[in-house]
Amino acid sequence: MKWLLIAVIVAATTVGEVLQAKGMRSHGEIRDFRPGALRRAISALTRNWAVVGGIAGMAISFFAYLRLLAVTELSFAVPATAVTYVLETVLAKYVLKEQVTRLRWAGAGLVVCGVALVSL
Amino acid sequence: MSTESTRLRIKTWICATVVVLSNLFGNFFLKRGMPGELPGPLAYITVLFRPWVSLGVVLLIVWVLSRMALLSWADLSYVLPVTSVGYVLVALAGRVLLQEQITIQRWTGIILIMAGVALVSRSAPQTQLDPKPRAVAAGAGR
Repeated sequence: MKWLLIAVIVAATTVGEVLQAKGMRSHGEIRDFRPGALRRAISALTRNWAVVGGIAGMAISFFAYLRLLAVTELSFAVPATAVTYVLETVLAKYVLKEQVTRLRWAGAGLVVCGVALVSL
Repeated sequence: MSTESTRLRIKTWICATVVVLSNLFGNFFLKRGMPGELPGPLAYITVLFRPWVSLGVVLLIVWVLSRMALLSWADLSYVLPVTSVGYVLVALAGRVLLQEQITIQRWTGIILIMAGVALVSRSAPQTQLDPKPRAVAAGAGR
């Protein structure tokens, strides 16, 4: 049960966050933070399928995570889901076409090891 | 062009700070306000009207929106490691507020995360230009 939940969380988080990043980038840089402009940006984003799909993925991941916390402890749940950092960095390179330099790979690797150590 | 990259870097730092702090305090208030158990589906609704829980939910909404704003210009492979500084703040807050012990293993993890964040934050937040032309938004305020 717990490995199934982890598979669901990892898949939903990875797909959801990559979709969200794709959708936000296609919307373009948010430069105007006044309330009226933000409201317009939000209404444009609700019609952006990648953003909506991304939020759906993150919602699935959130509820599966709550379920996981009911059957295991935090010190297992956090490091087990930290694998999303690696998967998302790979997808950022190949799907989002970001330039993932060696500096960023090294940084992402250190963060994953660090998260595992802090929460184990 | 260097003023443009400085502008983007400062904006990225401000927004990343909002992302990290709203997540940290949002989760903290949520935990503080949550009762031990929720009997029945109606309790999931009524719990939202507790003051600490509603404050936590508001902060988590701020978290989602500020993270989306950050992703509208910054790379995912930049945002992920940089915002993971939140794990360090949770561990440090546990020590300061709850007098929890930080073991050597945890200190090692904290140092690794900080080193990773330091490495990634040296790279430019954006490696790929906006698909939309910049001239359109150039005159707009921030």
